[in-house]
Amino acid sequence: MGTLASASLMVPGFLKGFEYSTPLALPGGKILIVVQLSGGNDGLNTVIPYRNDIYYKGRPSIGIKRDAALALTDDVGINPSLKNIKQLYDNGQVSIINGVGYPHPDRSHFRSMDIWQSGSGANDLLATGWLGRYIDDAAAGSNAHNALALEVDDTLSLAMKGAERNAIAVKDIAQFHAAAANSYFTKMSAHSHEHEAQLAGYLYKTLRETSSAADYIYAQSKIYTATQAYPDTQLGKRMSTIGALIGSGSETRVYYVSHGSFDTHVSQPARQDKLLAQLDDAIGALVADLKTSGRFNDVLIMTFSEFGRRVAQNASNGTDHGTAGNMFFIGGGLKKAGLYNELSALADLDEGDMEYDIDFRQVYATVLQKWLSADPRAILGKKYSSLSFI
Amino acid sequence: MDLQQQNRHLYSRAGFGISLTAFTTPLPVDQLAGSLFPSSSPEPLIVVSVAEWALNSPKAMKAMQDDAARKEMKKAFRERTKDLNLLWLQAMVHTQFPLVEKTALFWHGHFATHLDNPWFDQLLLNELRRNALGNFGELLVAVSKSPAMLQFLNNRQNKKQHPNENFAREVMELFTLGRGHYTEDDVKEAARAFTGWSFDEDGIFVFNEKQHDAGPKKFLGRTGNFNGDDILGILLQQKQTAIFITQKLYRYFVSDEHINDKHIKQLAGEFYDSNYDIAALLRTIFTAPWFYTDAVMGAKIKSPVHLLVGYQRMLPMQFRQGSTLINLQRVLGQHLFSPPNVAGWPGGRYWIDNSSLAIRMRLPEALFRSKELNLSSKETVKEMTDAHGPVTMDTQPAKPFKVGKAEVDWTAFMAAWKGLARQNVAAALAAYLLPVSLTQAQLDMVITFADNSSDESYIKSITILLMQLPEYQLS
Repeated sequence: MGTLASASLMVPGFLKGFEYSTPLALPGGKILIVVQLSGGNDGLNTVIPYRNDIYYKGRPSIGIKRDAALALTDDVGINPSLKNIKQLYDNGQVSIINGVGYPHPDRSHFRSMDIWQSGSGANDLLATGWLGRYIDDAAAGSNAHNALALEVDDTLSLAMKGAERNAIAVKDIAQFHAAAANSYFTKMSAHSHEHEAQLAGYLYKTLRETSSAADYIYAQSKIYTATQAYPDTQLGKRMSTIGALIGSGSETRVYYVSHGSFDTHVSQPARQDKLLAQLDDAIGALVADLKTSGRFNDVLIMTFSEFGRRVAQNASNGTDHGTAGNMFFIGGGLKKAGLYNELSALADLDEGDMEYDIDFRQVYATVLQKWLSADPRAILGKKYSSLSFI
Repeated sequence: MDLQQQNRHLYSRAGFGISLTAFTTPLPVDQLAGSLFPSSSPEPLIVVSVAEWALNSPKAMKAMQDDAARKEMKKAFRERTKDLNLLWLQAMVHTQFPLVEKTALFWHGHFATHLDNPWFDQLLLNELRRNALGNFGELLVAVSKSPAMLQFLNNRQNKKQHPNENFAREVMELFTLGRGHYTEDDVKEAARAFTGWSFDEDGIFVFNEKQHDAGPKKFLGRTGNFNGDDILGILLQQKQTAIFITQKLYRYFVSDEHINDKHIKQLAGEFYDSNYDIAALLRTIFTAPWFYTDAVMGAKIKSPVHLLVGYQRMLPMQFRQGSTLINLQRVLGQHLFSPPNVAGWPGGRYWIDNSSLAIRMRLPEALFRSKELNLSSKETVKEMTDAHGPVTMDTQPAKPFKVGKAEVDWTAFMAAWKGLARQNVAAALAAYLLPVSLTQAQLDMVITFADNSSDESYIKSITILLMQLPEYQLS
């Protein structure tokens, strides 16, 4: 990664376009795309145990009928909105991990999202995110620029903040580039002195990094033209940005997008089905694009939500905050596709909630170690046994 | 450092920025420091009346038959948190005693709660303001017995048969000792002592004796039939509490990253010996010669709230829409009454990433020149806790917003600088607006971007250019 910034900035754009006109496999260039399902996605109506009486008893009006669900196995189906994902599943390109959670689950959106994003235990309070610490670790001792990780949004999530470095947040690449190219800022930056007040030096450093990342991302975004029409939704547009950067050979390793809100206390089916359909359409387009650009085997798409929802529906055709949920992994390079583990037991509930089977930090550790070639212990502060889906 | 710079520094740290009037008539530092402390408590900030709470309390809500009407009412009530947010910001801008609000803002981050209940928020905020410069022990007790904290850290669920350790843990980890100065057993035993602490319909503290575990407990090496008050008392007897609070106040008022251990040791000793007199501690800091050295000047990154309030104090200006102020708090990462978690805002360098810095640098042009700035904040969820735990009240999806032009009183501002020769304007404005001096090369660069068409345009453009700089983000 070390020479990336200088190399990419010194090669003129037209040459780079030429260079990457046929997709190149980058050395070790595995890419992670994290899709945050904000608001607590109901795992039970996403992955449906359609032979389980307890499921239908708890959900007399919102339970998804067996013939409506898209069958994965004799016992399990997925939400009818997930058509593309079902197709990918049949191709062996989806792994679903069930019952993911953590000890002493917190049912508050804020706190549980904080726990998932920071990668902490329920009793720990961290000011950095798990991917932010990955960036710290991956970029330590090198001058790799910070387009290493990118969130497609106007603001940066805690997950992407490290102690030493942060990811870059960009929603509109052209606007971002124009703002960073402001000649007043670049000229003032050139005249700043690192040594003056230390903090001013830090701010100017952030400014210069932003501007170098903006140049890089902007140049990359011009290289590759999407082969696919992406859906005209917020998520679709963001996925198309990601598809273009990956197609261009951008060395960004981690992308982060949010989608929601899945907080379905009232009239759940219409809302969740619509959001899942948007997710499915966007992922469908992205995967098709990645297959055309030849990068699908290097990409791992991961979904998560801050919690699942309670087993029994509430009085408003919705569900309330629960605990464990499921995570989807989609990509061309999975080691174990299909249902990774059994669905959570519904007979043995903890005050109406499912017990978790897999700690989410085990999943993070697996992704960090096996996909991003990082040291999960340094990033998560503890050793977790890894899983075998990648 | 000249007197004007000392005044500017003190106003920036003890408040949200110096006003033009104060800058042009600087006072000796001892005199100015003395004038920061009011002789009486601040007037409470009220957006929800007792009567309004009575209509919106859980009991009143339960009694309402019409579901749709109840939902509407709940929604309207939650909006009042926004009113409280804006009222507090107004107080920060207009108060005669900015130190009270600045310190209350510190305590809001120290005793962080996130409830979306404007009545509880208002009660706690006014406790934080009333005790901001008072006695830390009294403040700790008031906060621990506030409905906001009891609810946020689940102490209502802390019962003899089923202890809930949440409050007991945080009171040590975050509010008094800091990590590493207590054991897991101390947490368990303290939780037992706090069993039975709850509040009634009006949000008044109540002690439910039936739910209290009156048995003997072993806590921090002592044994007794401790109750919650005893535990807080023992925590206050620990010198570590004085050290921990002093360190945090030092970071907040003095420097984000250069912690002078000698200063901390001395200040913490005095703080402990004064039985936790917050005003005395701050007075010592603000009159110490080391507070006015180059190592301390500009050694802090302004919090988003400081930045937004500071614009209004230094120019002066007003935001036309309250919603802009709320949205900016969100995108810049400090939304009052919605701290990220019970540890509050980490502050310092954590305020800055590429997007927050870019927004800060583009804001002056949007506010003062109506240059287009379109942003969107992430989605927010409003959540309240009922008997079963947190439930969502309302979800606002990620929503784009435009930063509108503000109302600036340029006339008053111009008057202060118009008499200057052009070649002196940039340096004079920089001395007013920035905590660190620019090099001549930097100043020259600023000037090349200025609008020379008239004296007024020149002053205005230099002001905006300076406010866009990274240096303006420092305090």
